[in-house]
Amino acid sequence: MKPLSTLPMGARARVISVVGRDSLRHRLRDFGLIFGTEIIPLHRAPFGDPIAYLIRGAVIALRGEDAENILVSPINQ
Amino acid sequence: MDEFVTLPTVALVGNPNVGKSTVFNALTGLKQHTGNWTGKTVDSAVGTVSYRGDRFRLVDLPGTYSLSPASPEEEVTRDFLYHASPDAVVVVADATCLERNLALVLQVQAVTNSVILCINLLDEAQKKSISIDLEGLSKTLGIPVVGTSARDGCGLCDLMREVKTVCSLPNAKPSTKTQTDPADFTRHAEEIYKTCVTQSPSRRANLDRTVDRLLTSKYTGIPLMVLFLGVILWLTVVGANYPSALLSHLFTALEPKFAALLTALHLPQIVVDALSAGMFRTTGWVVAVMLPPMAIFFPLFTLLEDVGYLPRIAFNLDHCFHCARAHGKQALTMCMGFGCNACGVVGCRIIDSPRERMIAILTNVFVPCNGRFPTLITLITVFFAGSNALFSSFLLILLIVFAVLITFLVSYFLSNTVLRGMPSSFVLELPPYRRPQIGKVLVRSLLDRTLIILWRAITVAAPFGLILWIFANVRVGDTSILLHLANFLDPFGHLIGLSGVILVGFLLGFPANEIVLPIILMCYLAGSGLSEYESMSSLHTILVQNGWTFSTALCTILFSLCHFPCATTCLTIWKETKSIRWTLLSILLPTLVGITLCLTVSTLFRLFT
Repeated sequence: MKPLSTLPMGARARVISVVGRDSLRHRLRDFGLIFGTEIIPLHRAPFGDPIAYLIRGAVIALRGEDAENILVSPINQ
Repeated sequence: MDEFVTLPTVALVGNPNVGKSTVFNALTGLKQHTGNWTGKTVDSAVGTVSYRGDRFRLVDLPGTYSLSPASPEEEVTRDFLYHASPDAVVVVADATCLERNLALVLQVQAVTNSVILCINLLDEAQKKSISIDLEGLSKTLGIPVVGTSARDGCGLCDLMREVKTVCSLPNAKPSTKTQTDPADFTRHAEEIYKTCVTQSPSRRANLDRTVDRLLTSKYTGIPLMVLFLGVILWLTVVGANYPSALLSHLFTALEPKFAALLTALHLPQIVVDALSAGMFRTTGWVVAVMLPPMAIFFPLFTLLEDVGYLPRIAFNLDHCFHCARAHGKQALTMCMGFGCNACGVVGCRIIDSPRERMIAILTNVFVPCNGRFPTLITLITVFFAGSNALFSSFLLILLIVFAVLITFLVSYFLSNTVLRGMPSSFVLELPPYRRPQIGKVLVRSLLDRTLIILWRAITVAAPFGLILWIFANVRVGDTSILLHLANFLDPFGHLIGLSGVILVGFLLGFPANEIVLPIILMCYLAGSGLSEYESMSSLHTILVQNGWTFSTALCTILFSLCHFPCATTCLTIWKETKSIRWTLLSILLPTLVGITLCLTVSTLFRLFT
């Protein structure tokens, strides 16, 4: 289990939990990001932050400091 | 209107950017503007739709990701569903991203039984090899499901048939009111999605990723962004030159005819002068200078918007806004500001955190709106670039980059003073790229945006031209009121590298920034006895004769970039913030920044020349 922010680009992982602010948790839940959701980091913005992730078929950008609050477990391919 | 209220109400609900407004426009024939980004619709729109002899009241609600609201516009949607009890709710869903959309369908079903699912963008889904079992979905969910491609008008008749059926049924609240965990909706949606939707690997989705990598990567992201901006500005500058000159000649030729017509009506000479040299000339100037750049800029900008590029700009620039402790979505409102600052201020509703929304509202005026572009382009052309359009657009890009930098700096300043706080979380969807509807873009941006803004400018310019002429010609003592005012402001004007007349231009240009330059010209022309200007070169002569130097031009450009917002924007800021104090700050802040900049530049010029 590790923070989403440390996941390399293109690696698949499953969400274990979201810690931190309620507002962030609610927002992410609205985007369908809950326990067990698959997530893939796609690409970084020009200044390295934020990062675009593939979540349930949609591309969602998250800042590094928010991604640190999402704990994931990588899926071995 | 009474009949309108009693019509059956149909609400359009859905995730942001699924084409609700497109469905709404197609059904009602209205022209709510659409764009490929989250939060385009911040207000609800209402219209009527007829189907086989029945009429319905259609309400287009702001996009929402869930019914547990996180932002004001999402609250609008939830409150409407709970309290207005519409006769039918059409949940519009994006066929290319159905899983998340289904969660919202389930949430709406927990509130009302009268739900219809409209799966939009079926054509896009087909391109991405996504196949959806509509019948299966309908059975599983227990509601009518209709597939549409609203852009081409496909499936809308079927949709209205279902709406009519649902509206004829008694409106019942769901009987089972179990308080479920919101995450259950997501899990349930996932199960339904797995049984009803199949996706084979497609090249289209991969193409989107590739384009994204190009448009947002470390090395190409920012240069491409500046390049797009440059191309748009260059096309605007080059394309606008010729029609501008043409219109200008046309109006100059028409003015004596207009005056002759008035004289033929036996109006007194002074009224004829006021109407022709005052009202007609100012209006003509505004139209000639504003119409061509707007008619080019708006369609191009709308094209970028339609394709889905704006969220990528927000993505690219978020880090800078983050450093300024502001929100990345401020990039979106900033882009809207290029069109019109008042629209940009309203657009700030897409930012959830009140602190960051206020920063976005207060700094929106730092990006030049379309009312100021003509002034900037004219001054750059006349004083710095000459007829070299490439150089003009290059200088304009520099100016815009500078405006964006000022936005960052002021945002940072606000974050550390009156609006202290840490950035909130940033979650931004990057929607799939969509084929722009070029024909529609042209027509819509030309008709809706250009003509509306032009009309606003004319309705301001015409009466103001008249008032100005009176100010310029009614004498108190031996000079006109206008010059009295200009003389009074002259010492301060010169201190900051401008002049009294220029300050008068900005002050009297408060109703609309478009008329700043015409006012300045009118002051000069009324004073010198010159009766007409013909082209850019004669403009240069007039300005230089009245003491303009490079320093004056540069300071005027800077002050045009940073000064109090126009009347419409001020009013909008007051409406949005509901606070006199913040509105006053929104006026003072840019003015002080402008004065500081002009003072610095003019002092430097004085020292080194």
